Amino acid sequence: MKYVDEFRDPELIRKTSDEIHRVVDPDYHYRFMEVCGGHTFSIFRFGLQNLLPANIELVHGPGCPVCVLPMGRMDDGLSIARQPGVIFTAFGDVMRVPGRQGTPLELRARGADIRMIYSPLDALKMAIDHPDRQVVLFAIGFETTAPSTALTLLRARERNVSNFFVFSNHVLIIPAIRAILDSPDMRIDGFIGPGHVSTVIGAHPYEFIAKNYGKPVVISGFEPLDLLQSILMLVKQMREGRSEVENQYSRVVPAQGNIPALQAMNEVFEVRPFFEWRGLGFISQSALKLRPEFARWDAEVRFPVEGVRVTDPKAAQCGEVLKGVLKPHQCKLFGKECTPEHPVGALMVSSEGACAAYYHHVHLRQAAGE
Amino acid sequence: MCLAIPGQIVELLDGDHHYAMVDVSGVRRKINIHLLKQEGAHLGDWVLIHVGFAMSKISEEQAAEQLRLLGMSGEADEAMQEVLGYQFGEGNKT
Ligand code: SF4
Repeated sequence: MKYVDEFRDPELIRKTSDEIHRVVDPDYHYRFMEVCGGHTFSIFRFGLQNLLPANIELVHGPGCPVCVLPMGRMDDGLSIARQPGVIFTAFGDVMRVPGRQGTPLELRARGADIRMIYSPLDALKMAIDHPDRQVVLFAIGFETTAPSTALTLLRARERNVSNFFVFSNHVLIIPAIRAILDSPDMRIDGFIGPGHVSTVIGAHPYEFIAKNYGKPVVISGFEPLDLLQSILMLVKQMREGRSEVENQYSRVVPAQGNIPALQAMNEVFEVRPFFEWRGLGFISQSALKLRPEFARWDAEVRFPVEGVRVTDPKAAQCGEVLKGVLKPHQCKLFGKECTPEHPVGALMVSSEGACAAYYHHVHLRQAAGE
Repeated sequence: MCLAIPGQIVELLDGDHHYAMVDVSGVRRKINIHLLKQEGAHLGDWVLIHVGFAMSKISEEQAAEQLRLLGMSGEADEAMQEVLGYQFGEGNKT
């Protein structure tokens, strides 16, 4: 526990860690999945695994939106970006995700008008400022981001902006968790529920995991202490034979979620019958597309979208890492062909991707002389 | 991208409460506050901001915690860059 002193409250960290060591069943191998990429990041960055007993294994979940996007969808987006007259806009993370013919950044270097934005509203403003161009928003993210896209579309309708289009890649967390629970090669004992997605959807949507699958869920904050407390709550539930949804992050997450956010999403989006996820395959009812009432602003209606399917480069093992079957460093390309500077897979791009988080962690430790 | 950054509301910009000016570590930026409709947004409130939208209200103490976390994890610069990036804040165009 040599890093404990770095934390804000080393005493509490130590106590929580001790308590976890005290309550675990030493003969059982625990596997907890942190669903959210933000948690993956914190776990690696703060070396939380070092504070846990060896028989608690943390499995990294599907909660990094660029990581679960299959390459074909990237290529579909980039084919829109190549259309004449288009300004293609995307968040920073997306700019470095490789498609078959390179990343958005590389495509931009070859002449496409691709711009980085920080908010969907930035893209809308660009459309208003460039009435002669067609501005396309590469929309991506879970329920944390989807309401922002929805409100931006409502704003576009209100202001009658006709040269703004959304290419929706929004995905839903609950169907992904369900797919993981139903997959045969998976043995997860409990879930560390995502903090910020839950501010939107609330705590109730996780009930089925506890009730129908008998697995405990604890919605967690992002501080090291939050995560340790959540893990302790999971272990305690198991020890007491309970499986419930508990909210460690109740200071931010209301049980009923954010009603205006859910309303905006519901007004603008409908659920796709199915959508492909990298590593997890097709999952039914797992993603959002624009409702027919918003077809005017739908990039998939306005532009030809092929629906290409691309298999990942052969040696890349992103799928296995996403399913928690392999740890990032067990991928053959990790740290060799695939690095944050030259990512082969999307898990190496975003700081929330398991491979990037793991890579930075390993390098930090090496820099510290270990 | 899934980062959430705390800021404090220093000005409410329109009667419908669509927009507010927030202060994020000394930088003022316009954000959308529609999602706080139900809880109500007031001057001085601390909020978590994600891609230009306030997602939820938090206490001042939680805001400090979150800022500290961003600082500790080396994400503070990236977070500031995001806030500086919101372009829709200029004028009343959007
Ligand atoms: S190291 Fe690269 S190729 Fe291997 S799983 Fe991670 S992102 Fe994919």
